[in-house]
Order: sequence, then C-alpha cells, then structure tokens
Amino acid sequence: MKIYLRYNFKVICETVVREQLEKLEISYSSTDLGEVNTLEPLSLETKEKLFKALKGYGITMLEDQKETLVDRIKNTIDEMLIDENARILKVSSYLSDKLNYTYSYLSSVFSENTYSSIENYVILRKVDLVKELLCDEDLTLTEIAYRLNYSSVSHLSGQFKKTTGLTPSSFQRIMRRKKTQTLQSFKP
Amino acid sequence: MDTNFLSVALADDDEDDRLLFDEAIKQLSIKTELTLFKDGQELMDYLLIPDVAHPNLIFLDLNMPAKNGMQCLQEIRQNTALKDLIIAIYSTSSSEQDIEETFVNGANIYINKPTSFSKLKEVIERVLHLNWQYHTSNMNRNTFLFRF
Repeated sequence: MKIYLRYNFKVICETVVREQLEKLEISYSSTDLGEVNTLEPLSLETKEKLFKALKGYGITMLEDQKETLVDRIKNTIDEMLIDENARILKVSSYLSDKLNYTYSYLSSVFSENTYSSIENYVILRKVDLVKELLCDEDLTLTEIAYRLNYSSVSHLSGQFKKTTGLTPSSFQRIMRRKKTQTLQSFKP
Repeated sequence: MDTNFLSVALADDDEDDRLLFDEAIKQLSIKTELTLFKDGQELMDYLLIPDVAHPNLIFLDLNMPAKNGMQCLQEIRQNTALKDLIIAIYSTSSSEQDIEETFVNGANIYINKPTSFSKLKEVIERVLHLNWQYHTSNMNRNTFLFRF
C-alpha cells in the first residue's frame, strides 16, 4: 500500500524547535519561523546544547556572534603559534581553554563558516609564518623549525612543500628575486 | 556567506579549456560568477574600463595570441589600480623556469592544467578556498605564493 503525505514545513520546524527548547528547559515567548525569542539570555553551555540538538534535525542556529567567534578562534591560533609556553599544548585544549567552549563546538562553527577545518587553518597559518621567517635571510631552517615548534627540519620542509607546492629554498629564491626586481623598478 | 558570489575571471584562448573550466567551477559548492576572456588583450581591455568591478581572482593562461599571460601579469602588477589583484597562472607548461618567472613577476598561484576533469574541479576548489582564506584572515599578501 502506498500512502501519500503532504508536509507542512512551518509546523514541522516549529514543533521540532519548541520540543528541543522544552527539553532543555529554555523558556521562550515566541517561535516564529526562523526566529526564537527566549525570556532569558542563554548560557554558553545551553546555547551549545541547543545548537547540537537542532543540528540533528538539519536546523542550523545562526548567530551574529558566530563570525566573531571564528575571528576569535583565528586570533587565538595566531597567539598560540608565537607563544613559547604553548608549544607543548595541543591546539584543541589551548583553544577550548582560552575560549571556553568545547573543541567540538569550536571546530564545527569554524568549519561551517570558513570552508576549512581548524587543523587545516593552523597548518596554513603556520606555513604563512614560515614564509615570513624565510624572508629573513639571517635565520636558518633549523632555527625556524625550532621557533615554530616543528619536530625537525624535514617535518617543516615536508609540510611547506605539501601546502605551498614549493620547497623552502625555491620560495626563498623567488622572494629574493622579487625583491631585487621591485628595487630595480623603483630606480629612476 | 551563501548569498555572496565570488567573481572569477579566466583568460584562455582554448575554447575547450574555457568550457571545461566553466563546467568545473559551476559544480563546486562555492558560488561563483565566471567571466571568460578569449585572450590577454580582451582581459586587459576589460580591466582598464574605468570604474569596472574587478574580479576577486583571475586565472590566466600563459600562451595566448594578441597578448600573452606574462605580459598581462606584468601590466597588472605595474598598474596601481590593479596591482593587488590575486592572479593564478593556469598553464600547460611545467617548466621550472616558466614557473619561477611568473612568481617573480607577481603571480600568486601557479596551476599546471590538470589532465582530468575531477582533478580540475579539485584544484579550482582548493584555489578558491585558499583565496577566500587570504581575504578573510590576517595573512601576509606579499608571500602569497602557491603551486598546484
């Protein structure tokens, strides 16, 4: 037997949202489609729980703070990469400590908003710092590897090559040539 | 984010390559608006129209009639209004010398034209993500060099 169904999406969505709000004991005044008005501001923990609960139904909680959170994650990663004391820590524990969210929440917010995972971003950012240091001719690869907490020079070179498609030495050669060319073009 | 279009330009004299690129970029999850140019001259004529909207990213073939990719690259880098554009060279040449010359002349990305459609999609997607990451993060534009 075949049964035909017609869905009312507005009713379905609102019912799901109301059920989840009640389950988490969040008091609300209204749930118009696409918007929920809670009576009291939610704690970070509750927000996180609601985010997870709704996600299971394919409902994404949008909040303005999310973009801010992505920026805060990026800034914290930047801090971590140059923080001498952070070198023994894992990115995940460093971020959740500093930002007071669980790592799984941070990583899902990050992935949904940036087309990239936190892990990939850390690598990209780290390689960006390596590039900056490579332009400083006085630093050796060994020193750069130590500063940025790579276990070895070959680990650094490997990650650099894999990420940029270039070896550190060819990158250095290109940057040196670029510099002389720019200097030349400024000559009268 | 979903409603934003990334505007992308491709200058390539090979019609098949233009079609494939168009098809590949359409299949990606990032929304883009692609403008196609048949050679370097057409691209430069467009970029030099006063007040024209510049693409977020330009893919540039090297071997083209009228004006080749290297000439375009140099003209773009020497023009104060255009010099900050992100340029990805898109070429069949895999000569180390060509690659290095394009970087020295200001290319940000060098792509060897992939031989399969799935590889093409993959490489365009990686380049778009990378470009987006550079636009939205505090990364150093002077050392924006990648090879695929």
